[in-house]
Amino acid sequence: MKIHQTGIAGTLESSDITIHIEANEGKGIWIELKSTVENQFGKQIRYIIKDTLQKQDVTDVFVRAIDKGALDCTIRARVLTALSRAANCSLKLWEVK
Amino acid sequence: MGRLRRTMLYVPGNNPGMIRDAHIYGSDSIMLDLEDSISIKEKDAARMLVYQSLKTLDYGNTEVIVRVNGLNSPFGRDDFEAIARAKPDGIRLPKTETPEEVQEADELITQIERQSGLEQGTIKLIAAVESALGVINAFRIATASKRLIGIAIGAEDFVTDMRTSRSADGIELLAARGQVLLAARAAGIDALDTVFSDINDEEGFTREVKLIKQMGFDGKSIINPRQIDIVHRVFTPTNEEVGKASRIMEAIREAEKKGLGVISLEGKMIDKPIVERAGRVLELYDAAAKNYALRGDRHA
Amino acid sequence: MLNGVGRDIPNEIYGIGGLRPYEKTICSQRNDMNGMSVYKKNPGRKKVAASIQEAIKAAGLRDGMTISFHHHFRNGDYVVNMVMEAIAAMGIKDIVIFPSSLSDIHSPLIGHIKNGVVKRIETSGLRGAMAHAVSDGLMDIPVVINSHGGRARAIASGEMQIDVAFLGVPSCDPCGNANGYSLENSAASECGSLGYAKVDAQYAKKVVLITDNLVGYPNVPFGIPESQVDYIVVVDSIGDPKGIASGATRYTNNPKDLLIAKCAADVIAASGYFNDGFSLQTGSGGASLAVTRFLREKMLERNIKAGFALGGITSQIVELHEEGLIGKLLDVQSFDLRAVQSLKNNRFHYQIDAEYYASPDNEGCAAHQLDVVVLSALEIDLDFNVNVITGSDGVIMGASGGHSDTAAGASAAIIVAPLVRGRMPTVLEKVNTVITPGHTVDVLVTDQGIAVNPIRQDLLYNLKSSGLPVYSIEELKEKAEKVVGRPEPILWEDKIVGLVKYRDGSAIDFIRQVKRSKEYERRY
Repeated sequence: MKIHQTGIAGTLESSDITIHIEANEGKGIWIELKSTVENQFGKQIRYIIKDTLQKQDVTDVFVRAIDKGALDCTIRARVLTALSRAANCSLKLWEVK
Repeated sequence: MGRLRRTMLYVPGNNPGMIRDAHIYGSDSIMLDLEDSISIKEKDAARMLVYQSLKTLDYGNTEVIVRVNGLNSPFGRDDFEAIARAKPDGIRLPKTETPEEVQEADELITQIERQSGLEQGTIKLIAAVESALGVINAFRIATASKRLIGIAIGAEDFVTDMRTSRSADGIELLAARGQVLLAARAAGIDALDTVFSDINDEEGFTREVKLIKQMGFDGKSIINPRQIDIVHRVFTPTNEEVGKASRIMEAIREAEKKGLGVISLEGKMIDKPIVERAGRVLELYDAAAKNYALRGDRHA
Repeated sequence: MLNGVGRDIPNEIYGIGGLRPYEKTICSQRNDMNGMSVYKKNPGRKKVAASIQEAIKAAGLRDGMTISFHHHFRNGDYVVNMVMEAIAAMGIKDIVIFPSSLSDIHSPLIGHIKNGVVKRIETSGLRGAMAHAVSDGLMDIPVVINSHGGRARAIASGEMQIDVAFLGVPSCDPCGNANGYSLENSAASECGSLGYAKVDAQYAKKVVLITDNLVGYPNVPFGIPESQVDYIVVVDSIGDPKGIASGATRYTNNPKDLLIAKCAADVIAASGYFNDGFSLQTGSGGASLAVTRFLREKMLERNIKAGFALGGITSQIVELHEEGLIGKLLDVQSFDLRAVQSLKNNRFHYQIDAEYYASPDNEGCAAHQLDVVVLSALEIDLDFNVNVITGSDGVIMGASGGHSDTAAGASAAIIVAPLVRGRMPTVLEKVNTVITPGHTVDVLVTDQGIAVNPIRQDLLYNLKSSGLPVYSIEELKEKAEKVVGRPEPILWEDKIVGLVKYRDGSAIDFIRQVKRSKEYERRY
């Protein structure tokens, strides 16, 4: 998957998470997270973001996330949407997993 | 008898906060929407969010329906591919005008069920008619697929197509409601009424619910949890109705034990339609009884 | 010896004792009668001081003394800030402040703490910048958190001695008869009941009233009698009316809160305590207040009237009272203007003080007479302990208030809370701060089910047999975690920043300084 541009998905509403994805050539997966539940779920949120990306064989991206208490399924959805927008292709992502 | 669909709570599909809580309010069904409540730029986001939510969240006994974009829109195909794989209880087709549209959807779902190893026919369909043509074709639409469990009316688009607007007494919907009801009954599926948008007008809403219940509708789309109890209350049988229905069922049981062919109760013959109606009353009563709040408020 | 009217009086008489001859003076010179100084009982003496500083001087405030305030003006209070500014300007230091609670508007205290004017605080709650500052370790000595009943007990028993009480009063005459409203004019800062202030006025060594509405003598009815008052200061404004009381508290529109409230009303109806003449206390907002709306329907249906309501009186409670559904109202704090109006006009709406309301030393206190109380919670654990003071991030953000008092006193203490707030479960293994111990908490009502404390088998039976959705509290916790996952525990520093005292003065829990993330920026 080639990241052509910044992909953004999600809103700043409660229970949502905003995900910005940019290419991060050769530098691996970087995650910058701001969350209303940083202490209690920060680790989990970072894990879900990373896991979702890795399952798509994505290795070099910079992710900026602003979380307002999103559940894991919401995080996955927003990451996948941002990813497909960044790669500018409508991936049949639902077929995976 | 079938599942109750008195209330179908409408949930915008791009709103994670509402999606996760939709089932707690006690409606019979929820409808996650990918169509009219989602802007074009967000169709992909909503699709993915509903897909992931369906795969993860536990909605308990609430029926989960997803309203997709029509197959004649740029988004419809992707919606079907994604959502059918997430296994909702049913998919709602918007703006249905011809039975061919229903058949196309049916075949697509069959394909996807096969690919995913699902038992065929698991995912049901609801067809919403929202135009004059759709209403005219109601019966053909209602019988176009074995998956169909209901036919619904979308009033906003319909009245626009009819070149009028919505009013308090709903005369402009008379033709549509009548046709859709007839089609539903003849086809043996549910008839579902349209939304009432003024959530603050409880009196007007109650009036409309009483009207459509009397007409014979099985349920109504709702847009706010506050509307749920009102609908359930109207659909709850009175003590008198429940008593009568119980006596009818008792008479049937007695007659069957005695091997009698013709059954009568209090001097009147009980035939099949009466029995079916009695069964339906008791079903509605059971549903209301499960909701503690309604039990105490049953009107005599 | 000859006395002041020329009569020859013996020095003593057998069987009566020594005699003090009459002297031609106007007042008694003795210091007696509950330690009330002669000053208070002198009708000729002028109590009105020229300024707050003058009053502070006359009251003899020194370094290290304890001063108190009430919180009837909520977030519209000017008194605390005015008085503290004056004290700071006078160079007085190391003061112990003992307000009945604190709000966002009191953030200037941060400066006074940093400058050594304030050494220690005892309060029911903290909010806003102050709360953050305390949670970040601003104070050397931990803040003591008291319940309303516990504070009253501490004052009345002498455990906490108030040297000077500074009480803002919406109406006052020159002798010191003061009240939370006036029947003769529309007091700009009217707040209704002065329940918390009354205790301070009764027991403090010196009492300074601050008013913006000096009326003619006698200011009746009065919540504070002149015999308890030393000084009066008249200022332009003691509070912002908009912050003191809204017109009427509104019912919530939030569908989840309404769902919880409806369920709570069902619980009350099935509890066995829903009988004619029952008594009730509810909270002032959210689901806890909305219960009244649903309970009213059931009261009308079953023709049940409440004997009295206690609190925390809101317009909703007043409405039921005026409808004839609640017989009497005992008011320790009036929450909105409708409640104030009712206190003025309805003869069965009565002002009570905090000791009468909830002091545990007062066996028959109003809180102990309650059948049902509906309370909120930030967190509740598997033992039913409740936290209402520290948020999910560990920062102080609320008040102990009357929570533990009413939970202990009511026959059925019902907690209403959403199962999950955002991504935070309400039901935890252990709450972060215990305000109300589990053995006083009976039922938890959430939007996704009810849990009953196993020590109440009677309630469990009643609710289960009514067909209500009863689960174990462990099941509710699992339900929550299934949706949101399990939260990591909050990270704390070692320093203790708060001490929570139970209503009897015993130490029930403590609050540590929060460990902030690297990105955290102080906004105060």
